[in-house]
Amino acid sequence: MDIEIPYNVEEREDTGLYNAKLGIWLFLASEIMLFGALFSTYIILRTGDTTWMTAVKGAHLNIPLATLNTAILILSSVTFVMSWVSLKLKDFSGFKKYMGITLLCSVLFLVIKFFEYKAKFDVGHYPSTHNFYAVYFTITGLHGIHIIGGIIVNAYLWLPGSKMWNTDPKRFTNRIEVAGLYWHFVDLVWIIVFPSIYLL
Amino acid sequence: MNKEKLNIPKSIYGFGGALISISGILLLCSFLVGTFLNYIVSAQTLINSISAFFLLIGGYYISKAKPEIKWGGRLISISGLQALYIYMSPSFTPDLIIYFPPIFLFFGGLIIRSVDNKFGLSGILISFSGLASLILLILPKIFAINSYPFFLYLYLIPIVLLIFAGFVSTCSEFKLFVSKYIFSIDHKWIGIQYGITSMIFLLFGFSLMMIMRYQLAYNMGTGELKDLISPDMYNALGAMHGTIMVFLGVVPMIVGAFGNYLVPLQVGAPDMAFPKLNMASYWVYFIGGIVMLASFFVPDALPAHSGWTSYVPLATLSSGSGQTFWLVGMIFLITSSLLGSVNILVTIIQLRVKGLTWMRLPFFVWTQLITSFLLLLAFPPLEAAGIFQLLDRVAGTHFFDPYSGGSVLLYQHLFWFLAHPEVYVLILPALGIVAEIISNNTRKPLWGYKPMVYSTIWLGFMSFIVWAHHMFLTGMGTTMSSFFMITTMIISVPSVVILSSLFLSLWGGSIRFNTPMLFALSFLPMFGIGGLTGLPLGLATADIHLHDTYYVIGHFHYVVAPGTIFAIFAGIYFWFPKITGKTMNETLGKIHFYGSLVAMNGIFMPMFLQGLAGVSRRLSNGGYDYAHAKEVLYLNEIMSICAFALFAFQLFFIVNFFWTLFRNRYDTEVDTNPWKSNTIEWTDTTSPPLGHGNFEVIPKVYRGAYEYSIEGHSKDYCPQTEES
Repeated sequence: MDIEIPYNVEEREDTGLYNAKLGIWLFLASEIMLFGALFSTYIILRTGDTTWMTAVKGAHLNIPLATLNTAILILSSVTFVMSWVSLKLKDFSGFKKYMGITLLCSVLFLVIKFFEYKAKFDVGHYPSTHNFYAVYFTITGLHGIHIIGGIIVNAYLWLPGSKMWNTDPKRFTNRIEVAGLYWHFVDLVWIIVFPSIYLL
Repeated sequence: MNKEKLNIPKSIYGFGGALISISGILLLCSFLVGTFLNYIVSAQTLINSISAFFLLIGGYYISKAKPEIKWGGRLISISGLQALYIYMSPSFTPDLIIYFPPIFLFFGGLIIRSVDNKFGLSGILISFSGLASLILLILPKIFAINSYPFFLYLYLIPIVLLIFAGFVSTCSEFKLFVSKYIFSIDHKWIGIQYGITSMIFLLFGFSLMMIMRYQLAYNMGTGELKDLISPDMYNALGAMHGTIMVFLGVVPMIVGAFGNYLVPLQVGAPDMAFPKLNMASYWVYFIGGIVMLASFFVPDALPAHSGWTSYVPLATLSSGSGQTFWLVGMIFLITSSLLGSVNILVTIIQLRVKGLTWMRLPFFVWTQLITSFLLLLAFPPLEAAGIFQLLDRVAGTHFFDPYSGGSVLLYQHLFWFLAHPEVYVLILPALGIVAEIISNNTRKPLWGYKPMVYSTIWLGFMSFIVWAHHMFLTGMGTTMSSFFMITTMIISVPSVVILSSLFLSLWGGSIRFNTPMLFALSFLPMFGIGGLTGLPLGLATADIHLHDTYYVIGHFHYVVAPGTIFAIFAGIYFWFPKITGKTMNETLGKIHFYGSLVAMNGIFMPMFLQGLAGVSRRLSNGGYDYAHAKEVLYLNEIMSICAFALFAFQLFFIVNFFWTLFRNRYDTEVDTNPWKSNTIEWTDTTSPPLGHGNFEVIPKVYRGAYEYSIEGHSKDYCPQTEES
């Protein structure tokens, strides 16, 4: 690019933010509206349908696996913070290590999710079976797509994108922070999904 | 950079690229032969083989061009060799082998992309071509999609990519052209791209409406005259007219084009905060538009024909794949508007130059800010609704199917949660444009700038809690109706504050009646009519009579057509000198204005009469079967004639537009500030603005945007950047 955008790396004094950080917060606001609509739909469909609880009982959602997944995602969020802190402490190898663990956790999450889905399909439970499954697959599926998006971005920052550390360390640290905010959001969504779909 | 050193390999690379291009063109010929000449297999094999041979040689030359990209070229070459083998001896080819050429092509292109920036674009196109053909080879094995007739045309994608790849590497000017005009990251050019695309869509949507008006006026199913179009087609045209006008025409015009072009200039930024996202936003919008239009060309089926609202269960049950296209298109458009709105918000909040405090911002920037918030927060629920409806249609779920525990009203709630703020998305930037033009042409400060700003914020907030006034007749209950009736009455207050402020701004001004000002002036009463006729619709009791009649059509068209679209015209006439350095012709402009004003009112005023008489909307015979409509049916012909007249007057605009654009006026010096305006985009940039970066010197702001006719000042305007 031949021009310099102000506050691309440095914070603006009156907002205390750099551009990308404000951008990601606004994006997350939009995401909250998306998941808000999904959860509202869940509430409305659940309260309006007398057969709902029967379907939930017949679904036999795998709570232990989901609990494990919750723990894995929370762990990945923690390691993400660790990787960012490592960069702040100028410890690049620490960043590589923690980001690697984060990626491992997120892939593990998807693998477990795959087995969960497979178990549902094996006994003939599809989104078309009942609205409970429709909601279950839509919400966890969209969350899964968000996880995949996060994996792509994080893997890029972990491998080819980390070259920027040598040329522009502050900007690279900012990128990790922004990706981290997104990752925490995805984590947070799961923390709401887990009790509201699996436990209730 | 050493030019001589680069020259030789570049020409060799270019030669290799040309050969690859020829290979692609041959494949295209083969495709055409196969499609239109009923599969002459031998001819196709021959052409394909020659094409593969060209790929082989082309790859060889590329590998010779530079040592770093040696392996990239070799892989492409091997890909050609394998393809040659496959074409020459199809019977001896094991199944697995056919996947190899695209894989090699993919990695070959990738290597070129990764080690060489100069030829990177061609490399990435080659690798995409490989990837696309690989997907097209694998896809039919997994899903049975090759039964769809349009699947065949997908093969054009890798072919076209290959041709472009060669072309790009052949001439560097073309590369420059691509990065400057097609995949530009300059907000000004993206704004123009948005503007051109949305103007084409507006014209297209208008044409659909004229077919409908012809049907209503002269082919009302009387038995004497034959129907021009079937009732279902009438519905399809109506649905597509609404969708195109709102989502592909007006919003991209007023937010995408005006917002993109003007916001960075008015806040003194070199570009948008995220230039690449900005480019992505345009191209996602473009794809969304193409998908929408594609629904016209679905074989043996109508385009989406369930109204622009796509209410369920009509939409979930509607035949053909038109509705599915509509949903996929909407998801693209929503993504585009998400990217665009984040960009505009960050630009306004972060990139204001020194001294440009919130209360010194031009009102237009304020309206863009609030609009972007609305887009950001209101669109996701529609995205959710779109996903649900798509799953209902494709995956057989029952989100909106009441027989299986779904909820029909849920869709309407999700839809209107977007679509009511969307109304303010349509109108707020229009108010911004009008405020700029009125203040400039009355040579006076805006009356009540601060109340206008606060009203805009208030409007933005309130627009999220009025949506269900579109749903009074759905049986959602009187408590809900009362709540939404009250909020609707409240939201009319800030609208009236803004409109009154604009009217009062005229008081005591020495008004210049140029074309942009005429459009802006007529906007005020037109939007006034549109707004005030909305009040009866917002009262639950009056709505029982008026719901879904032509009264509603008249109401919202007054807001959008002579309202927003007049503001768009005003904006185009006003900022055209900024964009091109040439002022549009006043005489043609005035003919355009007066004609449009009369024609617009001729179309929409009779709709109120029809609606009050109880004529329903969405009837392909205009209510011919109903006794209560008999008295007002004659108005249909008047409205239709006015619609055609409106089209005729737009021709003056189109002629004016292109004539001014291509007129050579470089003999006289271009006036950079022809309207003598205060705002930064006029005072601190040239017209048209410099290339990427906008400002030679970063401006510094000392005063508000509307300081006209200050006593004791030498001129009647006082630029924002002028020190006091």
